[in-house]
Amino acid sequence: MKHQSDFEAIVLGVSTGGTKALRMIIPNLPSTFPLPIVIVQHLHPHSDSYFVEDFRQCSNLIVEQAEEKVGILPGHVYIAPSNYHLLLECERTLSLSVDEPVNFARPSIDVLFDTAAEVFREKLIGIILTGAGKDGSAGVRKIKKNGGFVIVQNLDSAQVETMPRAAMNAIDVDLVIPLEEMVPTLLRLTGML
Amino acid sequence: MKTTENENIEIEMLLEAIYRKYGYDFRSYSRASIKRRILHRLAISRLKSISELQHRVLYHIEFFEKLLMDFSINVTEMFRDPEFYKTLVKEIIPVLQTFPYIKIWHAGCSTGEEVYSMAIILKEEGLYDRTQIYATDFNEVVLRQARQGIFPLERIKDYTYNYQRSGGKESFANYYTAKYDSAIVDQSLKKNIVFAGHNLATDGVFGEMNMIVCRNVLIYFKKNLQNHVLGLFKASLRHHGFLCLGTKESLMFTEHENDFEAVAGKVKIYRKKIKTLENEASI
Ligand SMILES: C[S@@+](CC[C@H](N)C(=O)[O-])C[C@H]1O[C@@H](n2cnc3c(N)ncnc32)[C@H](O)[C@@H]1O
Repeated sequence: MKHQSDFEAIVLGVSTGGTKALRMIIPNLPSTFPLPIVIVQHLHPHSDSYFVEDFRQCSNLIVEQAEEKVGILPGHVYIAPSNYHLLLECERTLSLSVDEPVNFARPSIDVLFDTAAEVFREKLIGIILTGAGKDGSAGVRKIKKNGGFVIVQNLDSAQVETMPRAAMNAIDVDLVIPLEEMVPTLLRLTGML
Repeated sequence: MKTTENENIEIEMLLEAIYRKYGYDFRSYSRASIKRRILHRLAISRLKSISELQHRVLYHIEFFEKLLMDFSINVTEMFRDPEFYKTLVKEIIPVLQTFPYIKIWHAGCSTGEEVYSMAIILKEEGLYDRTQIYATDFNEVVLRQARQGIFPLERIKDYTYNYQRSGGKESFANYYTAKYDSAIVDQSLKKNIVFAGHNLATDGVFGEMNMIVCRNVLIYFKKNLQNHVLGLFKASLRHHGFLCLGTKESLMFTEHENDFEAVAGKVKIYRKKIKTLENEASI
């Protein structure tokens, strides 16, 4: 297993069942968690930011809606706004786009993972959680190709299996674990445990 | 690591080549999106490298035109962000009502859906007859579609929903005729709209506007180009003129933050302040 300094960012993709799954992870990470976390959750195009607000209140990390040109920082969680793709720029800043949906999704997990893999290469952790559809599977392939680390939620603990299954079919995943092991695993991977 | 590094160099050279050859300046566009587009075009063209693609771009204008379509991201819809239109009617229209004649510039209008949405609002508010709308884009292909005002019928359901949520007063069906799988916009909406080519990166000022609408264009630009374009808008607006940006765009942290004040911050409607440093000096 890799050493703490090996990683510089986490990207996470989740769809159906996402709010519940994220609630098991984000609020349980300490404020000293050393990596920025960037999240794409599939949302209804007309939904607003109540979801961000929810997490802001119960987390030690600083949870915010992703905005264009913002540099990503440790201790922060950035959540893609509905109806925009979220991308990572080589200056380690976020950008947004209204490109057509990818895999019927906007924001699309593939778009975030693809651009993040370009920037962070082997220093990136990609996580796929519960969800319908196959968004994210091209993204994890790109992360693996660039030397990054991929974790997928196991099928038993996933509310909907399709998305994690598609990721597992796409590549040799580094870790397949149940939801409740996500936090200890992330702490271990970053040398905090 | 090597491939990414080389790819990035190749991309810079490609953008430079496009600028020198065709005058379109993509050098200050957000790179992640441009890179995705280039790699996608590379994959479907079965070319081996970006350098090879560059050669093709330089020697075949039709290939460049394809890439231009890739880069310009023309995705749009009618009454996108209903909250914006609702606020427009509530806060901005009453001000516009007091003017004898109104000039509006839609910059980056794409295939025109946003412009026709504005025309509908103005018509319902009784302002359309004394308004002149200039709608510009740097992509001639989308401008041609915009002038035609023909949209896929399958989108009408979404547009109707958006229109209703925007506070529309009529039946949305009054504004188009369905024919086969197309919706043709009502001719009366077209009469005060001029569609024209204009490149925000390289072309100049459009004078004396009461309102500029430029939504979901600046998100594709890097800071320096954003600053340039906002400067252009400032110079094109009358004092107290309105500037409407996309819901996820903002003046914050740009050079022109202090030249404008927020009228409706949430939907990104700003107003040009009367006293900016420059015109203070010229008074
Ligand atoms: C995503 S669309 C936005 C359309 C519409 N304003 C909306 O919000 O629905 C962006 C548009 O900006 C145009 N554009 C991009 N760069 C431009 C430039 N330098 N000058 C003029 N138009 C540009 C593109 O051709 C495209 O039509």
